[in-house]
Amino acid sequence: MSEITPDLVRHLASLARILVTDQEVEQLAGELGVIVDSVAMVNQAVSGDVEATSHPIPMANVYREDVILPSLTQEQALSGAPESADGRFKVNAILDED
Amino acid sequence: MTDITSKTAFELASLIQSKQASSVEITTAFLDRMEKLNSKTNSYLHIDRENSLAQAKLADQQLAAGTTSSTLHGVPIAVKDNLTTTDAPTTSGSKILEGWVPPYDATVVAKLRQASMPILGKTNLDEFAMGSSTEFSAYGPSKNPWDLERIPGGSGGGSSSAVAGHLAPIAIGSDTGGSIRYPAAVTGSVGAKPTYGAVSRYGLIALASSLDQIGPVSNNVLDAAMLQDTIAGHDPHDSTSLPNSLGSMVEAVKNADVAGLRVGVVKQLSSDGFQSGVKKCFDDTVAKLTAAGAEVIEVDCPSFEYAVAAYYLILPAEASSNLAKFDSVRFGLRSMPEGNPTIERVMAATREKGFGPEVKRRIILGTYALSSGYYDAYYGSAQKVRTLIQRDLAAAFEKVDVLITPTAPTTAFKIGEKVADPLAMYLNDIATIPANLAGIPGMSVPNGLAEEDGLPSGVQILAPAMKDDQMYRAASIIESLYLAQWGAPLISQVPNLEVL
Repeated sequence: MSEITPDLVRHLASLARILVTDQEVEQLAGELGVIVDSVAMVNQAVSGDVEATSHPIPMANVYREDVILPSLTQEQALSGAPESADGRFKVNAILDED
Repeated sequence: MTDITSKTAFELASLIQSKQASSVEITTAFLDRMEKLNSKTNSYLHIDRENSLAQAKLADQQLAAGTTSSTLHGVPIAVKDNLTTTDAPTTSGSKILEGWVPPYDATVVAKLRQASMPILGKTNLDEFAMGSSTEFSAYGPSKNPWDLERIPGGSGGGSSSAVAGHLAPIAIGSDTGGSIRYPAAVTGSVGAKPTYGAVSRYGLIALASSLDQIGPVSNNVLDAAMLQDTIAGHDPHDSTSLPNSLGSMVEAVKNADVAGLRVGVVKQLSSDGFQSGVKKCFDDTVAKLTAAGAEVIEVDCPSFEYAVAAYYLILPAEASSNLAKFDSVRFGLRSMPEGNPTIERVMAATREKGFGPEVKRRIILGTYALSSGYYDAYYGSAQKVRTLIQRDLAAAFEKVDVLITPTAPTTAFKIGEKVADPLAMYLNDIATIPANLAGIPGMSVPNGLAEEDGLPSGVQILAPAMKDDQMYRAASIIESLYLAQWGAPLISQVPNLEVL
């Protein structure tokens, strides 16, 4: 069995910035445990020096000309924002008030 | 005009070119049908009468002035709702993007506009394309036109049910682990995932960037080829798009000849775990190809046994990173907790409210797979499996031109049957996942109805990377072998939705 405990789920959810209820934590711990036990078989597949593939079609150093092309206007870029002010995205405080 | 909606995209393009029907007439016929029947199939999240008719009118004017933009000029199309459109909301099946109208068009959408193809609407999908049934859409599941109590496959079940139910002549899908091919198989339609990079992903809301690919959904092989030729090509906006053209898929279909075709049957995907009627359909395909003169041999791809496991590490890892952008700042939902919360609390509350259960599950799984201490054992090993799969395929393609497998392990299952069992849901993609891990093209073509339940089955054709033309050649051969037997495409047997 894997080591997916409720505390680990709570920690992972906080890393992923997802608020979870205690009930969700319990359920996720069970579901993720089953999934992780199943996918852990990848360890059996590889032995010795197999290189990793991160991209299916090898490509390297894809450059473009360093020229300015038309792009979104400030107004367009802000058009979907929940809140904006003075041409910028507006968010709540980054640091705790206390 | 109901006859219009049962025609292929190729036939509609010919009617438009010969001025026997206008793009406005054809687009109107589909819009009328969509507005009448979408409540039954839930194929579309957004129906765009006004814009599609404006585009159709423009296409007719261009033609009257002697200008033809593409081989599909004036033919209307449905677009999966994970591609950005400036004139229609784009939700990706999620509440977190409800009502969002993007500030730019996806490159594929821009190409459809340049090809003078009116966009009928945006089709349903599992939230952020995570699923194989559309049951994880925040806007309810789509229904399979063959049996409205069954799933139309996923994630692109909106596009597959639209095409199979004649609510669109042709559609755009995206395929990360089978989201074009699996829905095609269970709805008796055709779906192709091109070689990774053949079609620009710019404006596709990313699920797993090293696996995602956009491709055609249609009701025959020629239509798929025409659409792939229309949307393929290098795009400076997508640095992973291939620099060179892969040639004409339409030519590959037109010149398809069985003489000399070498076909491999993948040992690991031809026996265990497939519904008996699906297996029977597949054996019949093998027999037909052999009788037609193709050389059919068995090939061994032992690493395929690990493909699903590797996929469910790589996909969540990449998705957890890609979906970090939904942070309540730049677009979409913002959920404000009580008091004077910090931005991080706003983000966490927004993502709790905006994401559904499968998305949360995969983001947290991906966060786990990438976290220090587990990275090598999980994500690292999964990437090595990817190498092994590529090696097995390279060895197989030394002996054969294409590989074939059943596309899906079963026919369409009932809505609700697997939704509480993530692992069972993941196994629907067992035959389609290897193509995404290796970046090779894959396509599903109908190969009959399973004898137990009378529901459609599909055969998957895989070809080496960049050899999409070989895939289309084999697909066209298989399609014509079945047409010779059936006399009409399988899709003509779809029940009449108007009386269901």
